[in-house]
Amino acid sequence: MAYSDKVLDHYNHPRNVGSMDKSDSAVGTGMVGAPECGDVMKLQIKVNPLTGIIDDAKFKTFGCGSAIASSSLATEWLKGKTVDEALAIKNTDIVSELALPPVKIHCSVLAEDAIKAAITDYKIKQGADVAALAQAH
Amino acid sequence: MKPIYFDNHATTQLDPRVLQAMLPYFTDLFGNSASRNHAYGWEAEEAVEKSRGQIASLIGANSKEILFTSGATESNNLAIKGVAEMYAEKGNHIITAATEHKAVLDTCKHLEKKGCRVTYLPVMGDGRIDMEMLQSAITDKTILISIMYANNEIGVLQPIAEIGKLAKERGVLFHTDAVQAVGKVPVNVISDNIDLMSITAHKMYGPKGVGALYVRRKSPRVQLTAQLDGGGHERGMRSGTLNVPGIVGLGEACAIAKAEMAEESKRLSGMRDRLRAKFESALDEVFINGSMEHRLPHNLNMSFAYVEGESLLMGINDIAVSSGSACTSATLEPSYVLKALGLGDDMAHTSIRFGLGRFNTDAEVDYVADKLISVVKKLRELSPLYEMVKEGIDLSKVQWTAH
Repeated sequence: MAYSDKVLDHYNHPRNVGSMDKSDSAVGTGMVGAPECGDVMKLQIKVNPLTGIIDDAKFKTFGCGSAIASSSLATEWLKGKTVDEALAIKNTDIVSELALPPVKIHCSVLAEDAIKAAITDYKIKQGADVAALAQAH
Repeated sequence: MKPIYFDNHATTQLDPRVLQAMLPYFTDLFGNSASRNHAYGWEAEEAVEKSRGQIASLIGANSKEILFTSGATESNNLAIKGVAEMYAEKGNHIITAATEHKAVLDTCKHLEKKGCRVTYLPVMGDGRIDMEMLQSAITDKTILISIMYANNEIGVLQPIAEIGKLAKERGVLFHTDAVQAVGKVPVNVISDNIDLMSITAHKMYGPKGVGALYVRRKSPRVQLTAQLDGGGHERGMRSGTLNVPGIVGLGEACAIAKAEMAEESKRLSGMRDRLRAKFESALDEVFINGSMEHRLPHNLNMSFAYVEGESLLMGINDIAVSSGSACTSATLEPSYVLKALGLGDDMAHTSIRFGLGRFNTDAEVDYVADKLISVVKKLRELSPLYEMVKEGIDLSKVQWTAH
């Protein structure tokens, strides 16, 4: 399979690889996927309590090159956005930015799920109502 | 620069000596071996008979027991369907194994639709069948056992001589798909009690598009229902004008293999063992798939835990190998062979198959080992699974969000 230049770039130079303290109240952690499916993404955001803006984002991904690229790109996009802006990121944006072929669309879906899971985790830590969040998404 | 070729179970490079032997049969010696009335036909027939002898000599057969086909897929189809049809009055039960090549499995599935009953034996953790299970699977309706000599993914050798002995005792025919084994390890149809055996040229440094089927002529005399109608070539079992240059190539490949096998297998197993030792000394959490004791000398199949196979292949794009990862297959399912060994999908996704061959060098082994080790280390830095394991988390206890 031929990979797009952007997928190759993220694979060869992944952005924002790493982990943040899960117990930090400003950090939201999302972990999606399963090892037996061949991809697991962990995505973390750190929100500035004063501005509500995502100051930092980190990821670690077990998966194919497209999964790594999707999560790497997601962390780039998350930084500097408010939580609500981040929720507006759609998997189709990732597909078009990375020129993912149809068989790799699930990688972008997983990245969107990871963003949402990280934000949900953050909101729960801020005292949000879990049931209401579930309905909102 | 072309990638280093470590995928010799998929196909092999044509040996230049084989090519030299073939070349005249594309031009000057172009005759049809079935032309009985002139020198063109006689020359071609002589070449075909020489090849038959070279193949027979490699596997301990009589040259009259070799018939030519287009490759192992055809040989497997002809052997299994041909026996099922010919011996339909005797019975309709076939026994095979879960780790067979698709050319055997799908042929059996086809026959199930036609009224045959097929037992797919599971394999043990080391990739071999359980002889007791085979024994108890045989019924008075069993006409054929089809078990491969060596597996194409994990290189595991089945207990062929034991299977052959059992089949003979029980009066059941024994077919083996031996494409990965012939020319690589000693194969003898007499001592192994093999009745039918599939061979292909391109896995042993010969050309693509030509293969052979060994069909026993004595004790018992095996008969097959032809699957192609036509001119009655190959004792009526396989019609079609013979691929003379290809057949010459297959014969030459067999002759070279016979002369060089002992030395070559020693060299390749040495390289394979060195590759393995390098991985095991530089990396933790790497696992061998399949028996090391009963294995082709040139095969290594390893799982590099917590690193997904396709991402690993991406990092070693100057090396040609295969992965059991779903992402690299058309079906999006991880390797059914590895799953049959009892490997979880998670480990199957992290597997790489290395197939060494005649034209590989020690320097290539060093390069492949170093490159792979560095990419695995890099990807483990990226792997949330590796991080969790290092934190002491049991991954099997984690509630994953399947998707």
